[in-house]
Amino acid sequence: MYNFDFVRPTTVDEAVKALGDEEAQALGGGQTLIPTLKQRLASPSKLVSLTGIADMQGVSKSGDSVVIGGGTTHRVVAEEAAGAYPGLAALAGRIGDPAVRNRGTIGGSLANNDPSACYPAAALGSGATIVTNTREIAADDYFQGMFTTALEEGEIITEVRFPIPKKSHYAKIAQPASRFPLVAVFVAQYSDGVRVAVTGASNNGVFRWSEAEAALSDNFATDALDGLTLPSDDMIGDLHGTAQYRAHLVGVMTKRAVAAAS
Amino acid sequence: MTQVSMTVNGKQASGDVEGRTLLVQFLRDAQGLTGSHVGCDTSQCGACVVHVDGQAVKACTMLALEAEGAQVSTIEGQANADGSLNVIQQAFQDHHGLQCGFCTPGMVMSAAALLKDNPKPTEADVRDYLEGNICRCTGYHNIVKAILAASGQDVSAIAAE
Repeated sequence: MYNFDFVRPTTVDEAVKALGDEEAQALGGGQTLIPTLKQRLASPSKLVSLTGIADMQGVSKSGDSVVIGGGTTHRVVAEEAAGAYPGLAALAGRIGDPAVRNRGTIGGSLANNDPSACYPAAALGSGATIVTNTREIAADDYFQGMFTTALEEGEIITEVRFPIPKKSHYAKIAQPASRFPLVAVFVAQYSDGVRVAVTGASNNGVFRWSEAEAALSDNFATDALDGLTLPSDDMIGDLHGTAQYRAHLVGVMTKRAVAAAS
Repeated sequence: MTQVSMTVNGKQASGDVEGRTLLVQFLRDAQGLTGSHVGCDTSQCGACVVHVDGQAVKACTMLALEAEGAQVSTIEGQANADGSLNVIQQAFQDHHGLQCGFCTPGMVMSAAALLKDNPKPTEADVRDYLEGNICRCTGYHNIVKAILAASGQDVSAIAAE
């Protein structure tokens, strides 16, 4: 790991100012960024830790939404969102392992947008709003491909607002070594329709499966998905699974998510 | 270099560190607490698990400066005040929950974190909680048995496979 300066501001304004320096990089829980630094895949001159900002912590309910501070750990989401949005809490409680969940944050996960991360599926599958220090971004506009988002340089995710669905579930096949999803599908049923978001599968990162959404909006049952398949052209193919296998798994995981939704 | 201060096993611990100094490096190299092991250095294996403000974390994937002001507990602080093994450590010995011992500090610290939140876990709870702790010797069976025994549950019916 190359060396860097480290600061841990206590307000969003201070953090934004610190990120104004050239080559400064925001640090959430570090569960992805620190391994990345060790591999020298990034070499920021300064890390700006966001974990000391009290305003970016915690889970609350606001109207029909759950609001999660950008610096909130997976563990806290798993515990504190369980009543209001159990599908989201269950997803958070299955990320990585207990020690990783004690450090990793929702803002960090969404800002990184790993093509196999769990949270992007929940955010896109819920039609969440990503709130930053400057604006609000709809999930449909936020995810722009593998490791790519709508965030500008130095922009910080301060909170994420998840509309609460009638039913939801996240079905995941973990890649046995990394424990990241090989393929995972988040299904959420809202009064105005069903959203289906897929992670781990596509070279373009998280995406919505619109044909499944249309079928499930008409009939929220596993047999509504019979005969629906995804083309494998854009799917990830690697030593853990071929593109065709991942395309197949999307169908299987979607059915499992619908069957288990509550 | 930046000064960092934290409480480690109840004692004040301070030192000058670089931004990139990992918590586990500070504990091992600066404080001489070499019980926390670096197995993989990629946050997979869990041999470096310590508690920071009461929560299990992988000390190889946290910067020392992130622990400024924190209460840190390591395997060296787990024994009873008279130096005897605590209930979890004793259970690992009684049930042969280790062979080479490299993963054991992390296993004991993860077990302590689990039992604090869930004093009577099921076998499935224990196996689930140990997802981020890898042992290459035991096959986990006796580790799980030791943790269940440490929780005060009868493990006599669990076969020693």
